[in-house]
Amino acid sequence: MENLTKKDEQIILPKQDILTAPLQRRSFLRYAGAGAAGIALLAAGCKKDGMMIDDAAGVNLGSGDVGILNYAYALEQLEAAFYIKVASSFYSGITEAERSLLSDIRDHEIAHREFFKNALGSNAIPGLEVDFSMINFSSRDSVLGTAKAFEDLGVSAYNGAGVLIKDANYLTLAGKIVSVEARHAALIRDLISNGSFANSEVIDNNGLDKSRLPLEVLGIAAPFIKTKINANDLPKS
Amino acid sequence: MNILNILEEIEKTDAEVYERISPRRKAMAQFYGFGKKVALASIPFALGTMFKKAYAQTASTDVEAVLQFALTLEYLEAEFYTKGVAAAGLVPAGAALAAITTIRDHENQHVAFLKTALMSLGKTPVSKPTFDFSAGNGSNTGPFANVFSNYDTFLAVAQTFEDTGVRAYKGQAPALIGSGGVLTAALNIHSVEARHAAHIRQMRKARGANVKPWITGQETGIGAIVQASYAGEELEDQAGIKIAGINGQMISVAAATEAFDEPLTKAQILAIVDPFIV
Repeated sequence: MENLTKKDEQIILPKQDILTAPLQRRSFLRYAGAGAAGIALLAAGCKKDGMMIDDAAGVNLGSGDVGILNYAYALEQLEAAFYIKVASSFYSGITEAERSLLSDIRDHEIAHREFFKNALGSNAIPGLEVDFSMINFSSRDSVLGTAKAFEDLGVSAYNGAGVLIKDANYLTLAGKIVSVEARHAALIRDLISNGSFANSEVIDNNGLDKSRLPLEVLGIAAPFIKTKINANDLPKS
Repeated sequence: MNILNILEEIEKTDAEVYERISPRRKAMAQFYGFGKKVALASIPFALGTMFKKAYAQTASTDVEAVLQFALTLEYLEAEFYTKGVAAAGLVPAGAALAAITTIRDHENQHVAFLKTALMSLGKTPVSKPTFDFSAGNGSNTGPFANVFSNYDTFLAVAQTFEDTGVRAYKGQAPALIGSGGVLTAALNIHSVEARHAAHIRQMRKARGANVKPWITGQETGIGAIVQASYAGEELEDQAGIKIAGINGQMISVAAATEAFDEPLTKAQILAIVDPFIV
């Protein structure tokens, strides 16, 4: 009996030593995970490779809640500019219903943009220069395809920014806007293909929409924004 | 996604995750032993057990209250769509039935997700209430008595549930500040409900209802019976800033109210859903 007990202790003790050594906890967890499932390589392959926008010379969004509001302001500038261009000369073959819906969305995005501009006051970033050279504004497919990308991106951006906001009022404001962006996204998706308002491209098996962190969002939006954006000071958590 | 990434993700919002886990030596020792012996498929279970032990004592009552409240609303929606899809001849086959089925599945997924979230925090999920979708408090003869036999009534109730659900999640978000992944998950459900709302509204529009995918003023497009679900949506100023005509832009009052969805408090939501809960 004594021998058996000692044997057990010998097996267990080394693990406790690792666990009780604070500096090694992380490496232990990684080791345990890797040892447990043999997935060290998978782990490396699975890592999110969000694009880094690291240009210190660009327009600085700022830090804290102001930084997040400027981030939202930048995205709303992009969306508003896009729909203004869409509505200035609608694609050929547009229906009256589509014309009305896209005009509504343009107005909503302008309202969002101007709201952030005024709310930020002297902290607001300047107007951004956009690049829509990739979009064929006379093509329904090109316009709605871009609109879908922008709306889904906007939804994921606000969803991901929520945890970075400290002030409850700003969080509520972001919430007031994101559900409208989600309504836009659903409508645009249905215009492209009825019934795709919340398909598996955007909703996972838990019924959850996507959320993205600022660097990933800005990386996706970067081809459409000429002005360099510096997000280095945005909150990270 | 795997364990290592999950830990990294949690670390982003909870830098103390390793500190929380490590004192639970026994749990970790078990976990360690588990990994050596069992298949990869068992890992999520082991991990869930570990987090349950690590977080059980720190879950705030606020966070739990929000999750239980959300679960109650998701039960309501899930059972509503489940019954709607099951009601013979109610929802037309084809695109309509496909859409309602998609929404049903999401609501059931939300129920399962919220239950799991509560259990992983060491909390017991509330039970599903008994519902009366006629809004008759159990009489089943309320104003929507034909909800499962009349397609337009069904869609009207669906629209109200979705728009109300959006307002409910929005109203709870501030209570989740500091809860990290719980807030993000709530936001990720919130926008799904808004997508549902937009689609249901388009379905109603196709049948002649005067609605858009977004909410104009406090218009219900249904009638006074659901007015409480839309009261307050007519707000014209945001954070003290007048939106209509802002900075000389041609923004109408209607567009100004459409551009921002408004939250409701828990008490307001509970009053709205009260007739539906026996």
